[in-house]
Amino acid sequence: MEGNPNNEIPNTKMKNALLNYTLSLADNASVMSHRLGEWCGHGPVLEQDIALTNISLDDIGQARSLYQYAAEQLNNMPTTEKTNLFSDMMLNAKIAAGENLDEDDLAYLRDAWDYRSLLLVEQPNKDWAYTIARSFYYDAFMQLFYKGLQNSKDDRLKGIAEKSLKEVTYHLRWSSEWIIRLGDGTDESHQKIQTAINDLWMYTGEMFKMTDTDKAMAVAGIGVDLAGLHKDWLNNIKNIFTQATLQLPTDIWMQDGGKEGHHSEHLGYILADMQFLQRTYPGLDW
Amino acid sequence: MTDEKKSTSEWPLWEVFIRSKAGLDHKHAGSLHAADAAMAIENARDTYTRRMEGVSIWVVESKYIHASNPDESGALFEPANDKIYRHPTFYDLPDEVKHM
Repeated sequence: MEGNPNNEIPNTKMKNALLNYTLSLADNASVMSHRLGEWCGHGPVLEQDIALTNISLDDIGQARSLYQYAAEQLNNMPTTEKTNLFSDMMLNAKIAAGENLDEDDLAYLRDAWDYRSLLLVEQPNKDWAYTIARSFYYDAFMQLFYKGLQNSKDDRLKGIAEKSLKEVTYHLRWSSEWIIRLGDGTDESHQKIQTAINDLWMYTGEMFKMTDTDKAMAVAGIGVDLAGLHKDWLNNIKNIFTQATLQLPTDIWMQDGGKEGHHSEHLGYILADMQFLQRTYPGLDW
Repeated sequence: MTDEKKSTSEWPLWEVFIRSKAGLDHKHAGSLHAADAAMAIENARDTYTRRMEGVSIWVVESKYIHASNPDESGALFEPANDKIYRHPTFYDLPDEVKHM
């Protein structure tokens, strides 16, 4: 298409960077969605069960748009450029056979080391406090991220960002209110949410750490300068923690690696759950 | 569980009213539990507007709704049964008048 900035991406390296970037965003949404979906039928009250699954469905929607875009990028690549992109045999067989890929192939046929999601989103639900803390850190980041991505030179990412920003603004409102309720609630709820925000703190640094892909996309005006979001993110969460009478964690050491495929064991279990059916009955539809 | 215990351990009940589009009335949509008004509106958003049913939400704690007594429905409503003259059906309308 004339005027589409995707066609202006000069070389294979940039194409791969855009693909990885798109996949990384898709994987975050997909894994987060799966974690929140695990609450379905187990919510503490019916109304919050519905709230969680609503948010989970928003995330699924974001993941689908992003996986569809990633699949299109792959389908437009010459076979030679995509033979060694993934480690999964089933996926590579499809690519080698010249088959067009779709969103499901990318969600269900990539193994953990090809997943580029944040370590934060794969952390287990544990209890209500951990679930809220994980959502809060992530939502506060994604709100700033999608705001930035609205200025992307890539029309597709820009469009997805505009739609998703409305969704994540609500997600953040929901998780912020829960942080305040639990923090400024009973002694027990205060202690539980403080423990959860402390324990998950070490996974927040990765959100702002720029991989080579992130840097290439930011320089090209396609992606967001993640490091530049940190100050606003910190101010925003500080503000909520103050209202919640919670202490901002002070640990400096941060765990990263998810964006480059180095995951904790948790992701393996999630993918086993998600991918079992497609791997056992390839192409099964319903 | 006694009612007294229930009231301290469970969130209060709220009635939800949804306006389906600008210019229309808010209509009763259902009820839900929530700790306070802010949470009631969010829960209502998630429970009753997921399929684009609304553009505006009202919530009111159920205990503030006062209802007529079903036992009195005879005295309250039946006297209206034989007052058909209260319906404007006895006027001859000119043909020019539309939409009546």
